Amino acid sequence: MTTATPAPPQAPPLDLAARPTTNPYGLTPEQFEQLGEEMNAIRQRVLADRGQRDADYIRGIIRAQRGLEVAGRGLLWAGVVPPFWLAGTAALSLSKILDNMEIGHNVMHGQYEWMNDPKLSGKQFEWDTACPADQWRHSHNYMHHTHTNIVGKDRDIGYGVLRMSEEQEWKPYYLGNPLWAALLATFFEYGVALHDLEVERIAEGEITLADKRELLKGIGTKVRGQALKDYVLFPALSGPLFAFPLAGNATANIVRNLWSFTIIFCGHFPEGTHEFDEAETENETRGQWYHRQLLGSANLSGGPLFHILAGNLSFQIEHHLFPDLPANRYGEISVEVREICERYGLPYNVGPLHRQFGSVVKKIGRLALPDSPGALVRGLGGAVGSTLGKATRLLQPPGISHLGNAVFSRWRR
Amino acid sequence: MATPHGVDSYLEQLDPLLVAGECRAEVVAAERGTAESVTLTLRPNRVWQGFRAGQFINVAVEIDGVRHQRCYSPTGVEGRGATVEITTKRHPEGLVSNFLVDQAEPGMVLGLSAGEGDFQLPDPRPESVLLIGGGSGITPLMAILRTLFAEGYERPVVLLYYAPDAERCIYREELERLAAAHPNFQLLRSYTRDPGAGELDGHFSPTHLPETDPCFAEAETFACGPPALLDAVRGTWANGLEHRLHVESFVPPTFVPVGEPGEGAILFSRTGADSDVEVANSGASLLEEAEAAGLTPAYGCRMGICHTCTCRKRAGTHKNLITGEVSSAPDEEIQLCVSAALGDLVVEL
Repeated sequence: MTTATPAPPQAPPLDLAARPTTNPYGLTPEQFEQLGEEMNAIRQRVLADRGQRDADYIRGIIRAQRGLEVAGRGLLWAGVVPPFWLAGTAALSLSKILDNMEIGHNVMHGQYEWMNDPKLSGKQFEWDTACPADQWRHSHNYMHHTHTNIVGKDRDIGYGVLRMSEEQEWKPYYLGNPLWAALLATFFEYGVALHDLEVERIAEGEITLADKRELLKGIGTKVRGQALKDYVLFPALSGPLFAFPLAGNATANIVRNLWSFTIIFCGHFPEGTHEFDEAETENETRGQWYHRQLLGSANLSGGPLFHILAGNLSFQIEHHLFPDLPANRYGEISVEVREICERYGLPYNVGPLHRQFGSVVKKIGRLALPDSPGALVRGLGGAVGSTLGKATRLLQPPGISHLGNAVFSRWRR
Repeated sequence: MATPHGVDSYLEQLDPLLVAGECRAEVVAAERGTAESVTLTLRPNRVWQGFRAGQFINVAVEIDGVRHQRCYSPTGVEGRGATVEITTKRHPEGLVSNFLVDQAEPGMVLGLSAGEGDFQLPDPRPESVLLIGGGSGITPLMAILRTLFAEGYERPVVLLYYAPDAERCIYREELERLAAAHPNFQLLRSYTRDPGAGELDGHFSPTHLPETDPCFAEAETFACGPPALLDAVRGTWANGLEHRLHVESFVPPTFVPVGEPGEGAILFSRTGADSDVEVANSGASLLEEAEAAGLTPAYGCRMGICHTCTCRKRAGTHKNLITGEVSSAPDEEIQLCVSAALGDLVVEL
């Protein structure tokens, strides 16, 4: 396949397309085996070393989050005073960011289950966002972390609404890629909440909304609770001045949405991250699994506070290698992981936020357009075909609609 | 308004004892009677439900970031008093007992359950009471004694107490004080390693039982101590007297013997209407064992990544198939898909 843009400068001189996607850097089976053992050794060492400082760390973050939340709500109660509104909105935004990123995401991965504290049990934790925790655990911990960057299996590639990979066939719908991305970023918590609904499969008619009734009920309950809290109860406390806390709460939710979207999209989509093919990753060994996590993830460089606000997902590579190790350890581990990558000749994708996010934005724009004139024709044809197909289904008796589908689906190829 | 975390998670930032959903207690005094034991006075929060004399409570202690639970018999007067007293003796390999004996100090906060167990002083109080204790098994008996005398109990009470020597006779001074103050209380001690020093000699035998009131056949009897003592007591109370005997085995935490992969049995304990399922351990992962037994626990990645299959192991030793790590800790969360049993194991599905 040819691409519309030139290869990025850091890309290896070889033609990537000519290499097998599962092993672009040509590791031998023995090297895969060794890589697996080295990674297992890091994991085991940290597991054995977990203790008081990790417990103190997560409790300290929780303490800070609860403090920021109470302060934020308190200040916004008197949000009619502009400095209070600003400070309150900032505190509440930070609270929601900490709650979702460094606390919720990491606790739900089971990173602190070894503490045996029911409040930090991954299976019981609930977070301050629209997505119900149990659905998140399925779509994220299992689907995304097991099938990372396998096109067709990892639904985090584009969240079912964006085109984030050349492997996703172009359709005219994707012309809106930048717009859809901006909307997804702004309302990210709802995008995440609807993740497990598999909206794109419902649109394609593969499944129906009725199949997802239980899921919808869970989302409804969670969204209602969150909305009631942020948009009714707390504003109501301010009486006639309710508009100020209301606006502050909405702003805090959006700030958190934009921030988490930015960090998360920098985890797998910057230039240089690899995608994998479903068939080729079947029966992979532990070493190959680590290798896929390494190549499919990208890190962000920054200071300690930046890493905390990023939920340590700025160490996306380490997080994907060891999703259930306490996140405060990723920084330490990253030194070793980087050294291992150098020895095996594997890339270690790291850069500052502006560069990584810049390349994500470029990718969103680039993939809005078809990769080649052929793809444009196919995409347009598919769109016309599917529209006509739907139209004929509506207008024709069932027998004929079958025929119509057969004709149009052939044309789409 | 406190959704999704709940009010407690904010209150506990101010003071861990403010929570309404969990019983916690602050250590207000730690007295070390000997170098080998510590008596803790705990002040529980308002959630505390109290206990009945003879019952045990579960105490949760955090050591190096990990929460551990152990059973202790409160030794004070029963009820919902302002404080609770527990005593623990050092066990050579016991993580929690060593921690408490060495490091417990006022200000420390512990988790606490309400009183549990059927070993308790009945209401109304019996006509006469016979207590038989060995070693740290004295603790629930101490609660019974203190409760009875606090209530002004005037009917006969006898305590047979077995300790290695006078040094290791827990509550020695208080017992002697009680015996001096209450003519209805008869204290009979046997120092098993120091013959002649106590009122009795040697290990428990029926000849130690007082011939006068209370006749052992009629007294409500409470025995607590090591297994050998309890076996001897049970033998004596056979022949139709069992209903008068209440026994609480009091053994140091057993260190689960590590079996070989494929040895022993796995018990899948289930709640609600589903009955427990026991299978022979074939050495496969617990997830595979459960599925082979026709059970359908939740799972995801099947490779130790996603924690969907995490369940609580109640007892037994398991090996992590990825890291090779072996753990015998009771009550810990384990991932079914990458854990295999080494010998007998109980896990909650």
